[in-house]
Amino acid sequence: MPKDQGIGASSKRREDIRFLTGNGQYTDDINRPGQTYAYILRSDVAHGTINSVDTSAASAAPGVVRVFTSADMEGLGGVPCGWQVTDKDGEPMKEPMHPILAAGKVRHVGDPIAVVVAESLAQARDAAEMIEVDISELPAVIDMASAIQGGAEVHDDVPNNLCFDWEFVAENKDAVDAAIAGAHHVTTLELVNQRLVANPMEPRCAIGEYNRSTDEHTLYTTSQNPHVIRLQMGAFVLSIPEHKLRVVAPDVGGGFGTKIYHYAEEAFVTWASKQINRPIKWTSDRSEAFMSDAQGRDHVTKVELAMDAEGHFLALRCSTLANMGAYLSTFAPCVPTWLHGTLLAGNYRTPLIFTNVKAVFTNTVPVDAYRGAGRPEATYQLERTIDKAAREMGIDPVELRRRNFIQPDQYPYATPVAVEYDSGNYGATMDKALEIADRAGFEARKADSTSRGKLRGMGIASYIEACGIAPSTLVGALGARAGLYEAATVRVNPTGSVTVLTGSHSHGQGHETTFAQVVADRLGCDEANIEIVHGDTSKIPFGMGTYGSRSLAVGGSAIVKSVDKIVAKAKKIAAHLMEASDADVEFKDGAFSVAGTDKSVAWGDVALTAYVPHNFPHETLEPGLEETSFYDPANFTYPAGAYICEVEVDPETGVVDILNFTAADDFGNVVNPMIVEGQVHGGLAQGIGQAMLEGCVYDSDGQLVSASYMDYTMPRADDLPKFNVDHSSQTPCTHNPLGVKGCGEAGAIGSPPALVNAVIDALAGHGVTHIDMPLTPKRVWEAMNK
Amino acid sequence: MTTVSMTVNGKSVSGEVEGRTLLVQFLREDLGLTGTHVGCDTSQCGACVVHVNGESVKACAVLAAAADGADVTTIEGMANEDGSLGVIQQAFQDHHGLQCGFCTPGMVMSAADLLQKNGNPTEDEIREWLEGNICRCTGYHNIVKSIQAAAATLNGHAQAAE
Repeated sequence: MPKDQGIGASSKRREDIRFLTGNGQYTDDINRPGQTYAYILRSDVAHGTINSVDTSAASAAPGVVRVFTSADMEGLGGVPCGWQVTDKDGEPMKEPMHPILAAGKVRHVGDPIAVVVAESLAQARDAAEMIEVDISELPAVIDMASAIQGGAEVHDDVPNNLCFDWEFVAENKDAVDAAIAGAHHVTTLELVNQRLVANPMEPRCAIGEYNRSTDEHTLYTTSQNPHVIRLQMGAFVLSIPEHKLRVVAPDVGGGFGTKIYHYAEEAFVTWASKQINRPIKWTSDRSEAFMSDAQGRDHVTKVELAMDAEGHFLALRCSTLANMGAYLSTFAPCVPTWLHGTLLAGNYRTPLIFTNVKAVFTNTVPVDAYRGAGRPEATYQLERTIDKAAREMGIDPVELRRRNFIQPDQYPYATPVAVEYDSGNYGATMDKALEIADRAGFEARKADSTSRGKLRGMGIASYIEACGIAPSTLVGALGARAGLYEAATVRVNPTGSVTVLTGSHSHGQGHETTFAQVVADRLGCDEANIEIVHGDTSKIPFGMGTYGSRSLAVGGSAIVKSVDKIVAKAKKIAAHLMEASDADVEFKDGAFSVAGTDKSVAWGDVALTAYVPHNFPHETLEPGLEETSFYDPANFTYPAGAYICEVEVDPETGVVDILNFTAADDFGNVVNPMIVEGQVHGGLAQGIGQAMLEGCVYDSDGQLVSASYMDYTMPRADDLPKFNVDHSSQTPCTHNPLGVKGCGEAGAIGSPPALVNAVIDALAGHGVTHIDMPLTPKRVWEAMNK
Repeated sequence: MTTVSMTVNGKSVSGEVEGRTLLVQFLREDLGLTGTHVGCDTSQCGACVVHVNGESVKACAVLAAAADGADVTTIEGMANEDGSLGVIQQAFQDHHGLQCGFCTPGMVMSAADLLQKNGNPTEDEIREWLEGNICRCTGYHNIVKSIQAAAATLNGHAQAAE
């Protein structure tokens, strides 16, 4: 019997009511009294020296309040980076200034040059056309391999455009080289993990408001982590202390990573609203989003996998060029290093691993974490290489993986790349996936396709990821400039209803429902009595926000800690009311009782007593029933699974038809199966989008060719199949109180290699061993006909 | 400036607009009906779909002046009179057909037009119809399921009424 509420129930989402009736409140839905509108004039060249910016005509245009350039913003900090990676020589990465508005040079198409603030957006836009910008164009640095050879440089103080040159695990280098030199077989693959644009459907938006009488700033913004924005912008850019800066992230229409980062526009509206003493709203249009939202992926990698005669993995050696874009975004340096190198063991017992990552500046939009962040790149390079190895070795791809899987009795398992997996069962998810995908019936289906002149293929991939980001001590040692705990306050109100204040932020994940289920389960009360509040630094004690599939594993754990403290205190109040000793009080199904007696007291009576403490143990307890907790995880969590894709390729056109897609995941315990499945669906769509459709394209001059939905292929309903998803293989996380692992990114991590492996399987008879994503009909046809 | 008058969700409204004002701007900024969203600037994403004279249209591709005299329905007009969710809205909640909610108003309006044109669409017909509505969260799986469920419910209602 499915449960009807609490942990394990597919509770309907409470937030849906407002979204379905048009009552959601996204940032652009907010208008403040006296509000003005900002329009940003952006660079239309990739690289150039700014000779002059003449704003005189624009300043005099109808409705214009003020025009700003970098000259107006002297003394302010730059947009900060939140992670410092150390070079192989022990030097810190190169960290050039990222000014709020371009100063001296423009470094990518879309770099902001000037901002017009006017009474209406139309007036601001009209006036921006009157700004005269004189730029001397410089050669654009676009291709990473050329960039590190020197010549043109994005930043004058960064030779050869090299941000850092990182080796991991450096001590393993010689042993890896030796193992590869002496191996029975080495499979080599060079591949591109192409640049993507996250494209949440809600464009970014920011409203800055200043209150002269209190000297307080408020920023309404489309963020996944309002406290992090307050920290970064307040401390590093504008020098506004926390108690004078409120950041509100109301309903946010999707994030996928690109709304983690602090952006220049947020700092601009916050600062400029004080200069003009009026609120300022900036709303990105979609074209602007393509030129200013941090983009994702963009790795070029060479992989070498050494095996013995039976296909046991002996060593893995990788080298990657990782594109940083023109400036360092918040998490950018961490993505190709600690979120990527540490996942190169995958689900396998590979004893020796070495990778070299060179991070490169180019005249392109900054690159940062996008759904999965580093882990999709690691999984793709590993699972594509293993598939190629299976073919070269003549071993079944499932069998080759099984032969190398970490076994269920080997946990905790310390990989050679610095992480310790706490639990897992990779064979179980593989079995489940094979069963659902009916691998046994594949040959018959293939024969049917062949009879119709089509090429059928089945692709298999395993994945593991590190979620529940992250233990603060560990990430601090690795270069993080923040802790990655989460905070939660649980407030029991006098009538017994419960308000939960969480530092996690929901932008589609359904936290208001899931977190209420967790609390209801622990308190034995109705979910409807619980309110989840998030997204406002003036209400929530603190928070590090939502990314890296961390909300339930870290944010949920903070809530559980607070609930447990509440129960402990409530038991003492109940003991006092029942004239029993604390130790004899039991709490079950929302009521307190004394073991072995008929004494009991209801939840509501305890709550009321806490706030109307006439009969209360004042000598040992304070009135009230509210607890705050910070939870800092002991380890990452390690969701894992097996994905299988079945395709049919039309050899005449190169069109790939996805016939079946199966995802078998191990997320540990699951709170709301409906929401978890929805998360996997969405991840699969983005992964399949990467594998088949999407790609961010710059030409050699640095012009962004794919800068609208006319040019960047977003997955649409008729591009995607129905999905078969399963999360019945559950090995609970061993170190968080809910035993949960996180499910937000899995779909985007496991699906690209499964799909590409399927197409390569279909084309095996044509001698095709690799095609770089996206597998457009053109690329597939060309690979078959070259 | 031009004066425009239209019926929106059953109420007569009018306003002064510039010639270049889009219907979606008029709805959001002049009428405060912020349920209709803007997700792109090339009429691709469908977050702004409303009904004009009973047909689904992208409100970012219609001038407010061109809708003068029209009968417009937005997401705010789709709930039942008592405020409870209409059949399509309810199906989206029941089948988890939305996540961040940003594309949702356009999806619901588009689905409503589909179901009034084709009461019993196949999965392929639904997917093809949704060509002009982009969702980045759901992978469409549960949107398709929601629309199929709504069709079944509406057909049940129709049968019950016969």
